[in-house]
Amino acid sequence: MGPRLKLFLPLILFALLAITLFRGLGLDPSEMPSALIDRPLPPFSLPALGQAVALTEADMVGQPALLNVWATWCVSCRVEHPYLKQLAEQGIPIFGINYKDDDAAAQHWLDELGNPYRFNIADREGTLGLDLGVYGAPETYLLDAEGVVRYRHVGVVDEKVWRTILEPLYQQLKTRSDAP
Amino acid sequence: MRLLRLLLVITLALVAGPALALIETYEFSKPELEARYQQLSEELRCPKCQNQNIADSNAPIAQDLRRLLHQQLEQGASDAEIRNYMVARYGEFVRYRPRFGGATAILWLAPVLLLIAGIAVLLLTLRSRSTRTTVSGAAGLSAQEQERLRSLLERAEQDA
Amino acid sequence: MIPEIGHFALIIALCLALILALVPSWGAWRGNSVAMALAPSLAIGLLVFIGISFSCLSWAFLQDDFSVKLVASHSNSLLPPIYKFAAVWGNHEGSLMLWVLILALWTAAVALFSSQLPLLVLSRVLSVMGLIAVGFLSFTLLTSNPFARLLPGAPVDGSDLNPLLQDPGLIIHPPLLYMGYVGFSVAFAFAIAALLGGRLDASWARWSRPWTNIAWAFLSLGIMLGSWWAYYELGWGGWWFWDPVENASFMPWLAGTALIHSLAATEKRGLFKSWTVLLAIFAFSLSLLGTFLVRSGVLTSVHAFATDPERGLFILVFLAVVVGGSLTLYAFRAPAVSSRVSFTWVSRESLLLCNNVVFLVATLTVLFGTLFPLIVDALGLGKVSVGPPYFNAVFVPLMALLVPFMGLGPVSRWKQDAVTRWRSELAIPAIAAVVCGFTLPLLHAPYNIWVAMAVLLSSWLVLGLARDLWQRRGRLTPGYCGMLLAHLGFATCIIGVVATSQYSVEHDLKMRPGESKVLAGYEFRFVDVAQIRGPNFVADEAYFEVMRDGVLVASMSPQKRRYLASGSVMTEAAINAGLLRDLYVAMGEPVGSDGAWAMRLHYKPLVRWMWLGAILMAVGAFTAVLDKRYRRQRDAVHSSSEALLHGA
Repeated sequence: MGPRLKLFLPLILFALLAITLFRGLGLDPSEMPSALIDRPLPPFSLPALGQAVALTEADMVGQPALLNVWATWCVSCRVEHPYLKQLAEQGIPIFGINYKDDDAAAQHWLDELGNPYRFNIADREGTLGLDLGVYGAPETYLLDAEGVVRYRHVGVVDEKVWRTILEPLYQQLKTRSDAP
Repeated sequence: MRLLRLLLVITLALVAGPALALIETYEFSKPELEARYQQLSEELRCPKCQNQNIADSNAPIAQDLRRLLHQQLEQGASDAEIRNYMVARYGEFVRYRPRFGGATAILWLAPVLLLIAGIAVLLLTLRSRSTRTTVSGAAGLSAQEQERLRSLLERAEQDA
Repeated sequence: MIPEIGHFALIIALCLALILALVPSWGAWRGNSVAMALAPSLAIGLLVFIGISFSCLSWAFLQDDFSVKLVASHSNSLLPPIYKFAAVWGNHEGSLMLWVLILALWTAAVALFSSQLPLLVLSRVLSVMGLIAVGFLSFTLLTSNPFARLLPGAPVDGSDLNPLLQDPGLIIHPPLLYMGYVGFSVAFAFAIAALLGGRLDASWARWSRPWTNIAWAFLSLGIMLGSWWAYYELGWGGWWFWDPVENASFMPWLAGTALIHSLAATEKRGLFKSWTVLLAIFAFSLSLLGTFLVRSGVLTSVHAFATDPERGLFILVFLAVVVGGSLTLYAFRAPAVSSRVSFTWVSRESLLLCNNVVFLVATLTVLFGTLFPLIVDALGLGKVSVGPPYFNAVFVPLMALLVPFMGLGPVSRWKQDAVTRWRSELAIPAIAAVVCGFTLPLLHAPYNIWVAMAVLLSSWLVLGLARDLWQRRGRLTPGYCGMLLAHLGFATCIIGVVATSQYSVEHDLKMRPGESKVLAGYEFRFVDVAQIRGPNFVADEAYFEVMRDGVLVASMSPQKRRYLASGSVMTEAAINAGLLRDLYVAMGEPVGSDGAWAMRLHYKPLVRWMWLGAILMAVGAFTAVLDKRYRRQRDAVHSSSEALLHGA
């Protein structure tokens, strides 16, 4: 490196830094992809909410579906609930994980506000939530027809999230599973 | 829509604000386990919080992870097993001590490389500066001038 | 009305800053001395109007004017007046006001105390500072107006200052920290002026040194207070977390430390000129980068302000202009200020270079580690975290590498020294340091090898200095004393940091009133718990008595507070401070129904030493400024020795 060129080195390094920082402005540092992306659901066997049957990961296989983590203590879940009902009415299969909750309170919530879920897994101790890497409710997982996790959304699923993020992925998975 | 966003902001603000460490009173069967508990809980990042380890965070998930850590330690899991268990569920993000390998190799090597580069520059500078001494340094002065220079410099140094 | 006056004063300040940035530099370029001579008055005017604006904002806080949005969201009528005042800078907008106020203070100080400076240099320096003020004032006015109103519909009361901030720490920590990192703008402005003028001599270094020292001293104090505040307020007993925001203040400190040492060589020997200029640019650029990191939200931190990508973009553009511009200027003009002075391998110069290499590597490592998660994310490689285990693993060896050279530096001669002289001067201190290192830790069981290492290194520094001091009897200048204190402070810090990290004991447990627990030889007895009421909170207060060998050594009262306005719950740890150890009790929640509480007990030996060390470093830097050569315009000895050297 020539002696004059050497003097430009700080400027070049700074330019690289500035580009990185500019890219950084467009990123959300708190957004976290699930560690389970493209991996099958962890095996589990837990009781169904309100029924005396045991559910396993195999019960969610067959078609692309949403797996929603919710609880009665979670304020945002109440905000999200009406939209999940709309999605269920459109025929989107939604399974629920009632996360670290009281069965009676959860049953009461469903009776009162309506039930968008095909079934609910009663994860009273949060063990399934832990294996899924759940760190708060609500969280919504998009599963493909084989029960493999394809996407996770943290926070409320609303019109915007569904239209811009989840629906395109869901349709893609659906055409793929319908094709063969 | 606006109300919804407002609600979100409020709920997030409640969980994400600077929360205080909840003091828990886990009992350990062996004192070594308590030391390892302290070390690991400071090394694992709370997935939900603003840059806090699970030891210092009050978030529900941090409490769950501390309980889990306590359980696993009591069951005899090794540090590596516990770290891998957490990473399998929450990703590399939970490790405040990034593993060595792949993209993070450069992170661990950077200080060493920088230091080597720094030492190289230091040695090159020293070499070029010290050879010039005999060419254009004080050697170019007459004996009388050198004497005067030395006395001036000494006085200057006393000043410093 | 008052807030509008404040807003208006801020706009006038922006206009003055614009004129200051443009007119004197135009004058310097065209040789128009009238335009140049305007600079000092403009600098004073800038301070006056920013001062008015800042006072108006403080007035709004003190008078509970909740029609001002900032007051409504960060203050409350129940808040004690001193915290109402400190609440001015307990938020993004107000802290920017503090930033520009301090910048104006520094600018006015340069204008007032630099009458001996040639007008050409002074006008350039002040213009550069004016340019920085333009950036920050327009940032404040365009994106973060502190005077925005909530009209109509002003709330009856404010939503309170975050209880974590209701602490004396908030009153003093931010002003000192900002004094530090805004203070580096002076060294930066001097560097840019030197590049513009193409002239950099010993007098330049002599002008820059005191400013750099003062800024560095303030920054040391600011960082130290932040660490101390976290220690007692957060209830974790931690004092340094390597959080991005902490690193943002630490990086300018590291670069500033390198700058101080390189300036010494530039002043005394006319060496490393272009390097010193680069370091001055680097130190202030890191201050600006810190501002960006804290306010843009690109990294997650516990301390970050409410962040906003739009604000981030503004600072980034400003950063690109200031830093990009100065580095471009550097690339073209550095050859004009480069030096060709020789020295040998065994000399004070080469040791100062070692200092610079270590501190630069440390700065870049902290920078890289802090930004690494962002870089990985920007490249789409996933999410990683870089935390204390990484920083400790790289930082500790670097500092350990520094100390052996650091012991040699102050006793070495400029230009040429001899290894034989080192040997004869330092053999005794070296042997004594080894003896101290291995014996002193015997005083504290269990024996710890890392503490032994720390004591060895620190004694090497201290004993070397003591030997030099003894030889110098009666020939002490403020400059020398300053160096002595700062190095002593560094040694103190090393011992404090290592001893606390290695010897600390902490225990979380359930205690009922009447129970006790022995920790590191201290018996903590939980006597009882009572309800008390403060000005704006209610609290449960526990009472502890701590005995050692049957003697009462401390009574401690930790609290669990609930603030009335916000309902937030806070732990107020009780700390019994001592030069040799701190005892620390934090109160958790009630456990069970039998009156038991969760308690956290800490024993932290020598923890005060690291803050004491930081204070010594700051006092040292202030002392060095008192040196009379900074007051003399032309020192006969220096100028003639320079003439000889340059003539040679």
